[in-house]
Amino acid sequence: MNALYVIAIFLPLIGALSAGLFGRSLGDRGSQLVTCSALILAAVLSVIAFIDVGLGHNPRSVELMRWIESGNFEAGWALRFDTLSVVMMCVVTIVSACVHVYSVGYMSHDHSKPRFMAYLSLFTFAMLMLVTADNLVQMFFGWEGVGVCSYLLIGFWYDRPSANAAAMKAFIVNRVGDFGFALGIFGIFLLFDTVSFDTIFGAAAQFTDARIHFLGLDLDAIETLCFLLFIGAMGKSAQLGLHTWLPDAMEGPTPVSALIHAATMVTAGVFMVCRLSPIFEYAPNVLAFVTIVGAATAFFAATVGLTQFDIKRVIAYSTCSQLGYMFFAAGLSAYPAAMFHLTTHAFFKALLFLGAGAVIHAMSDEQDMRKMGGIRGHIKQTYILMWIGSLALAGVGIPGVIGFAGFYSKDMILEVAYGAHTIPGFIAFTLGIAAALMTAFYSWRLIFMTFHGAPRADEKVMAHVHESPPIMLWPLYVLALGAVISGVALYGPFVGHHFQEFWGDSIVILANVQGETIIDKAHHVPFWVKALPVVVTALGIYLAWRFYIKQTDLPAKTVAAFEGLHAFFFNKWYFDEAYDFLFVRPAKWLGRQLWQRGDIGVIDRFGPDGISSMAKRVADRASKLQSGYVYHYAFAMLIGVVALVAWRIIQEGA
Amino acid sequence: MSGAPLLSLITFGPLVGALLILLFARGPEKAQNARWVALWASSFVFLVSLLVWAQFETGLPGFQLRETYEWFPEFNIAFQLGVDGLSIYFVLLSTFLTPICILASWTSVTTRVSEYMAAFLALETFMVGMFCALDLIGFYVFFEGVLIPMFLIIGVWGGARRIYASFKFFLYTLLGSVLMLVAIVAMIATVGGSGIEEVTAYSFSESMQIWLWLAFFASFSVKMPMWPVHTWLPDAHVEAPTAGSVILAGVLLKMGGYGFLRFSLPMFPDASEFFTPLVYTLSIVAIIYTSLVALAQTDMKKLIAYSSVAHMGYVTLGIFTGTAQGVEGAVFQMLSHGIVSAALFLCVGVVYDRMHTREISRYGGLVHRMPRYAAVMMVFTMASVGLPGTSGFVGEFLVLAGAFLDNTWVAALAATGLVLGAAYMLMLYRRVIFGRLEHDDLKTITDLNWREAAVFAPLVLLVLWMGIYPSTFLDGIQPAVAETLRHAATATASLSDSAAALVAQMR
Repeated sequence: MNALYVIAIFLPLIGALSAGLFGRSLGDRGSQLVTCSALILAAVLSVIAFIDVGLGHNPRSVELMRWIESGNFEAGWALRFDTLSVVMMCVVTIVSACVHVYSVGYMSHDHSKPRFMAYLSLFTFAMLMLVTADNLVQMFFGWEGVGVCSYLLIGFWYDRPSANAAAMKAFIVNRVGDFGFALGIFGIFLLFDTVSFDTIFGAAAQFTDARIHFLGLDLDAIETLCFLLFIGAMGKSAQLGLHTWLPDAMEGPTPVSALIHAATMVTAGVFMVCRLSPIFEYAPNVLAFVTIVGAATAFFAATVGLTQFDIKRVIAYSTCSQLGYMFFAAGLSAYPAAMFHLTTHAFFKALLFLGAGAVIHAMSDEQDMRKMGGIRGHIKQTYILMWIGSLALAGVGIPGVIGFAGFYSKDMILEVAYGAHTIPGFIAFTLGIAAALMTAFYSWRLIFMTFHGAPRADEKVMAHVHESPPIMLWPLYVLALGAVISGVALYGPFVGHHFQEFWGDSIVILANVQGETIIDKAHHVPFWVKALPVVVTALGIYLAWRFYIKQTDLPAKTVAAFEGLHAFFFNKWYFDEAYDFLFVRPAKWLGRQLWQRGDIGVIDRFGPDGISSMAKRVADRASKLQSGYVYHYAFAMLIGVVALVAWRIIQEGA
Repeated sequence: MSGAPLLSLITFGPLVGALLILLFARGPEKAQNARWVALWASSFVFLVSLLVWAQFETGLPGFQLRETYEWFPEFNIAFQLGVDGLSIYFVLLSTFLTPICILASWTSVTTRVSEYMAAFLALETFMVGMFCALDLIGFYVFFEGVLIPMFLIIGVWGGARRIYASFKFFLYTLLGSVLMLVAIVAMIATVGGSGIEEVTAYSFSESMQIWLWLAFFASFSVKMPMWPVHTWLPDAHVEAPTAGSVILAGVLLKMGGYGFLRFSLPMFPDASEFFTPLVYTLSIVAIIYTSLVALAQTDMKKLIAYSSVAHMGYVTLGIFTGTAQGVEGAVFQMLSHGIVSAALFLCVGVVYDRMHTREISRYGGLVHRMPRYAAVMMVFTMASVGLPGTSGFVGEFLVLAGAFLDNTWVAALAATGLVLGAAYMLMLYRRVIFGRLEHDDLKTITDLNWREAAVFAPLVLLVLWMGIYPSTFLDGIQPAVAETLRHAATATASLSDSAAALVAQMR
């Protein structure tokens, strides 16, 4: 069986190499065929792994090769298959397979199909390496690997300056996070003398009182290290402060947004916190910080999502917001709930993105919702699929009976937040409810603006509006199926009463004195807590209907009434402007100054240029007998003699 | 074959080639003959160096394949050659890059071809000899000898401001060398012999260590180059012909780091410990300062030159952490940088040969006409940025890990290079490769030809090999580093006393 799982990981790499290196001889069709079939096969194998490892409780790890060894530092290439990694494998390969197939249709007019397919497959490989990593350094390999693929794919249309800028921004902002991640790895090595997960997790409990000397401060070791690692997670998962790259990343082709910037890569940070739960559990302050950051992001991104007009940006901010939910769940130690929402979110958010892609495709590459409207009759299937995605995202359902995927996972998270009975939990609950209201509002704002009302596009575009080909629709149906049933199907194993059986050792939650975990507590919240999310969601949908169907002059009136607040939200809380002012421009300015003033103005002027002009003057005065450049030697030797004499004198004097 | 003097062969083989070219290349086919002789000679030397690698027993400390010849017996000075885990990979790097340089100069150098080829072969002799020499005098001769052909290559075949650049280069490096010579004479006089092992085994008094360390530092810091004696490097690179830049970045910059490892650390351990804060400071300044300066560059070669200074900052940092990870990382970083920066300069050379400009703003959108070139350059850009899976990651990561073990401030400040390095390299790539193809003269530019592809292919493979399975090299480096650190550790036991004494002395 081991060999099968290893093959599942490497199939996408094989696909990527075939399409990337031999794309020209394989042709467009050949490249698509190779990469898609590799991915579908990988998805099938991942499901087998899920059944065997996850449901059959059969974790294992496979050593592949040595990697970096130095002194007592050891990091090998090894694959770890436990419940956590097989869940991620399934999410990654299934969504990726859907996106691969969808891309065949979506990119049909593009000139570099093999390159696109190769990048997609390469990304999938890097993501699989990330989730099956057996040690922190290999995780870092996958972590940076997905970063590069994301960079390449955001900048896929390299003719567009905005795409290039967005790609660079994504890479560099992520590097800021990776800076923390890397320091965290070094710290782990310092403390545990290893970077391998098993050893770290086994020893974590013994280090609860350990101190670390970091930047001149004497700090709690585990707290410090978890904080550093979490900075990495914030970068990759676009949490408040390091989120600025994600909306810009929408410059990439839409399948990329669906796969990388919604379903998989951006959830890597959540995965990391869950993977490292055995040490995060001993860092209560960092967990509180994770909760606050997550809740703040959920709220912040939702406010911005309310005001955007670009269809993809609305969904991007929605992603950012949903990632916030996952983080505050993880911060409250409800790692299974975070993973649950991660899984359901992967389905419905990929569905929404690909659906948006179908809309953009139908509208002749228009992304501005102000230029859409009135197309629901033309693309019925897409319209229905977008409804399903939105219902799942908003978490519509009947408490105690049944609902869409998000109904189970998001409500679980809100119940956790309430059930925690802590201050961070309360903050998260409040902001989470507010964000849920906004989520429903902006989701139906999107649907109403895009599909309903009178057409706002010109006739040429409208005449061309058409349903997507089956190759694009079929993946959407697969994802829609996930958006409908993944919540009800996975609730039991993921966060039900026997969740610990399912997760095994892959997630550690410290129980309180009564032996209850946070998940148990969440099961016992009052009914109004379970009902409230559904109520605010209904309210959000109603408001959206009121604003965009019933009284279409309301949006303009509201904006006029809250002009300042709207501008603040619309301009994304001015993060980009602030960063540009604080970091980007000073760095460029400083670079120019150091070069012109430092290197040329000081070092050269008083160094070589000064010496050589002095040498010239000395030589000119001394004699004109010497020709050529001998005086340079002479002067240099003179300095040597002076230094020698000085040395002897100092030595004698000492 | 085990008895054959392989190290002499790879040291002096190139020189024989150079003499052949100078003496016998005549007539109308002169240039072409010189090229072929140079290629054959350097390829032969590379093959022999592979034989050296094959015979080298990985995992053993100490020198192997030793050769000893009498030189000045009255002063107990012998000419000795040998390699250990520190030097063998640098020897291989030198012999590997030389034929690549010859190939890269095939059509781009058209004046005084035979002299150029001879200079390159002579340069190889000095480089290889420097890494193999096991006595101070031999080392010094080779170490300084390197300057002469390099000086000529920049000064004769360089760009418009080549005279200024070559003198800046010479002035800086010679200044340090003079002090080093003084130190070497003093050491031989004290120890009564010039063998490196002999000198390493000798314990110099603390105060003497300080002065000797400073004298060597004067030389090595310029060669590295460390901030603030780095300003010769951008000028030298900009004016040097492509192959000159390749060797300069690929091998010559490693001489300083090698020197620190071979001399400063094991011979003057107390002084090394004493000066560690100084080196840390200069290294961090180098990493941050030159990265910022690189951001402001408009010339491709200057940008890469400044990035080299930043990368060498990691090397000096790693060497002086005194940890196994730091020092092994430093050696690996030097090897990786030797490949990656060499490749990046070759990349610049490819477009320079076509367009005769290095101005970043004169390019843009090359990917449209040169997809293969774009892919190759992406690999090296990522290696330079230190992406895991490429050679650049291993060294940088180990150095930072070692630094963290020693001092978290140092590690945190140095790690900012992760962000800054990504910024300037991606900016370069974006402005040269991506975007629309707007300049008219670029519209006919051609992609890599077979000769260029043949030059890049082994470099790409090496970058990936070193990134995915670095053990091939780390296994060899490890025992030698352990040996070096052992020397350092035994001596530093008495450090606290000596430092106190020194402070008292200075008052």
